Amino acid sequence: MYLIDFWISHRAEMLGALAQHVVLTLVATATAIAIGVPLGIVATRRPRLGAALLAFANIVQTVPSLAMFGFLVAVPLIGGVGARSALIVLFLYALLPVMRNTVAGIQGIDRAAREAGVAMGMTARQLLLQVELPLAMPTIVAGVRVAAVVGVGAATIAAAIGAGGLGDYIFRGLSMTDPTVILAGAVPAALLALAVDATLGWLERGLTPGATRERRVTFRAVAATTIAIALIVSASFALSGRWGTRVIIGSKNFTEQVILGELLAQTVERATNLRVDRRLNLGGTFICEEALRAGAIDAYVEYTGTALTAIFHQPVAPDRAEVYARVASAYAATGRTVLSPLGFNNTFAILIRSAEARGLHLKTISDAAPYTSKWKAAFGYEFLEREDGYKGLARTYHLRFAEPPRVMDLTLSYRALASGAVDLIAGDATNGLIKGLDLFMLEDDRRYFPPYDAIPVVRAQTLAAHPELRRAIEQLAGRISEETMRQMNYDVDVRHRDAAVVVREFLDRLGS
Amino acid sequence: MAASIEFERVHYRLSSGVAVLEDVSFTVEGGEVLVLVGRSGVGKTTVLRLINRLLLPSAGTVRVEGRPTTEWDPIALRRRIGYVLQEVGLFPHMTIGRNVAVVPHLEGWPPDRIRARCAELLELVGLDPASYEGRYPHELSGGQRQRVGFARALAADPPVVLMDEPFGALDPLTRSEMHREFRRIQERVRKTVVMVTHDMGEAFALATRLGVLAEGRLVALDTPEAIARAGDPRIRMFLEALPPVPVVSRVSH
Repeated sequence: MYLIDFWISHRAEMLGALAQHVVLTLVATATAIAIGVPLGIVATRRPRLGAALLAFANIVQTVPSLAMFGFLVAVPLIGGVGARSALIVLFLYALLPVMRNTVAGIQGIDRAAREAGVAMGMTARQLLLQVELPLAMPTIVAGVRVAAVVGVGAATIAAAIGAGGLGDYIFRGLSMTDPTVILAGAVPAALLALAVDATLGWLERGLTPGATRERRVTFRAVAATTIAIALIVSASFALSGRWGTRVIIGSKNFTEQVILGELLAQTVERATNLRVDRRLNLGGTFICEEALRAGAIDAYVEYTGTALTAIFHQPVAPDRAEVYARVASAYAATGRTVLSPLGFNNTFAILIRSAEARGLHLKTISDAAPYTSKWKAAFGYEFLEREDGYKGLARTYHLRFAEPPRVMDLTLSYRALASGAVDLIAGDATNGLIKGLDLFMLEDDRRYFPPYDAIPVVRAQTLAAHPELRRAIEQLAGRISEETMRQMNYDVDVRHRDAAVVVREFLDRLGS
Repeated sequence: MAASIEFERVHYRLSSGVAVLEDVSFTVEGGEVLVLVGRSGVGKTTVLRLINRLLLPSAGTVRVEGRPTTEWDPIALRRRIGYVLQEVGLFPHMTIGRNVAVVPHLEGWPPDRIRARCAELLELVGLDPASYEGRYPHELSGGQRQRVGFARALAADPPVVLMDEPFGALDPLTRSEMHREFRRIQERVRKTVVMVTHDMGEAFALATRLGVLAEGRLVALDTPEAIARAGDPRIRMFLEALPPVPVVSRVSH
C-alpha cells in the first residue's frame, strides 16, 4: 500500500506528470498522423519514393530511444532538452506505424471498388477522399493505435531529457532503487497505454464497414468530442506560460541532484521576480553539459571533480582550491560562470559499519587498512574499473582484502554493508543511506580522492541579463554542509518525502 | 440512330509488347445491346476499358458519340458511361442509397433530385427504396448487390452502359432471373449496352448483336440467329459448349 500512499502524498505532482505524459503522446501522435498519412498516400502513388520513405522510417524505429534522445540533445535548432526534443523523437517513432498502415490500408482496398470509382469518373482527389481514405481508415487507425501505445511507452524515456511525464518517477525510483517510486510511474503509464489501446481499438471497430448504424452515430459523436478535447488541451498547453522572462534550472537524474535543482529553483523564486522552469532529472552529466552549452537550461549544480575530468578532460588534482580555480576558468572560457561552492564535498566515501568504527576506534582509511585482510569489500563497477578508483586506492593505502572485491550496484552495496554481507564499500559522501543505515565514513587522510565540491554553474549571458540571479544563488554559498545534504537525501530517499517540500523547509530554516 | 461507339482498326498492346487486340473494328448503334463473347484472357475487358478511356489504343481510333476517346476529357467521358462489374464494386462504407447516388453527387445534383432519382432507380431494379436505401452492401445478397450495381450505373442517365461479366458470380437461378430483369429494364431505358461474357447462353439471351473474340481478333459480328448458323470452326467451338435449350428457344423465334 506504499504505492497508494505515495500517489496520495504526491497527487498534485502526479497529475501534472500524467498530463505532461498525455500531452507528449498526444501531440507526437497527432503530428505523426498529420505527416504520416500524406506521406503514406504519396508512397502509394510513387512506389520507389514510398519504399525509400518506409526504409527510413524503419531504420529510425530501430534506433534505441535513449540513444536517440541523447543524440538529439546536441543537435542545434530542433534539439536540446525538454518537451521539444522529446516530441521530435516520439514523432519519429510514431511515423512508421502510421505511414506503413496508410500504405497497407490503401493498397488493401478491394480492386473492384477502386476500379468502379475510376470508371464512374472520379478524379484522383475524389477517389482518395471518397473511396480510398474511408476504406483504408480502419487500417490507418490500427497504425495510429500502435503509434500511440508505443508513444506512451517511449514517453517514459523522454524524462531523461527533461520532458517530464511519468518517466520521472521511473528514473527517480531507479536511482533510489525504490520499487515503490518506479511503480508510481510505471503503473499509471501501463494503465494509460491500455486505455489508449482500448479507445483506439474501439474507434477502429467503429470505422470498419459492417458496424451497425446506431454504433456509427454514437461513434462519430464520441470521436468528434475526443478530437475537440484533444485540440483544446494541446492548444492550452502550447499557449500556457509563453509570457514572462523565465530561467530554466536543470539537474541530473539522481536524488541529490533533484534536491539541488529544486534548491536553486526555489531560491531564485524567493529572491527574484523571475519565473523558473524546472528541467530536473536530465539523463546525466553529458546531457546537462550539452543543455547548458546550448542554452536549453540556464543553470544547474555540478561537482568540481566531475567538471574537471568528465567535461574538461583534465587530470585530477587533490587540492580543492586549485580544482575550483581550474574549473571556474574552464567554464568562463566557454561562456559559463561558476558561483561560490555550496559548501559540501560529495567525494567518494569509504564506508564501514558505525559499530566497527566505534569498536575498533577507526577514524581514517589508514586506521582501517590493517583490518582489511579480514574484510570483504564490494564496489560499483565503475569504481572498480577506474584508474582513480579502487586500484589507486589500494596502492595508496596498501589495502588487501580477504577475497577480491565484489562488483555490486552502488545502492545495493549499502544494504550489503549494513546487513554484514560485506565489510567495506565505496559510496558517496552525501548519501542519505549513510545516516539511514548507520554507516561510518572513513576520512581520506592521504587525500587520495579528488574534491567534488558542489558548484552552481550559470550561463554568463543569463547572469548578465538578470544580475539579481547571482545575488540570489550566492545566498547559498557555503550554507550546505555534508551533514545537511546527507539529511536532505535521507529525507527524500529513505523517508520518501517530496524533494520540493524538503527544500522548502530547509530554505525556511535558512531564512529565519 | 447514329453510331454511338465505333472501333476503327484498333490495336492494343501491353507495354511488354504482347498484342491483346489486333485490328478490331465494329460499330454499336444507339439502343443496341452488343454482347462480346470469348474465352478468358481474349481481350474482352480490354474492349470495355478502351471505351471509357481506362486504356488508350496503341493504334487505331475508338470513338464515342463521334469523338475519339483521345479527345475526350476522361472524367467527362466516364460520367456519360455507366459501368457494371462482375464483382459489382459497391463501396462498402456507403449505404445503398449513397452508392447509387455517387455519380449524381459527383455531378453536383441538388439533394432533392438525387433522392428522387435514387428511389426511382431502386424501384426500377426491383428493390423497395424505403427498406434498402439505408442498408450497407454487406447486408444484401449477391443478386441484390448486382441490382444495386446496375442502378448505380444508370444513375446519371448515361447514354452508354458497359457491363463486364455482370452476372458471372451469380447462381444459375438468380442469373436467369437477372437476365429477365435486364431485358425488362432495357425495354424501358433503351441504353447503348456493350456487355462481355464467356457464357454463350447469356450472350444469346441478351444480345441484339453478338461478337466473337478469338486470339485478339473479332472473328464474327452478327445477330445471334446468324451466328448460330455460321460455319466458322472458331464460332462452332463456342456453340458446342452451349447448353442446347436456350439457343433453340432463342433461335426458333
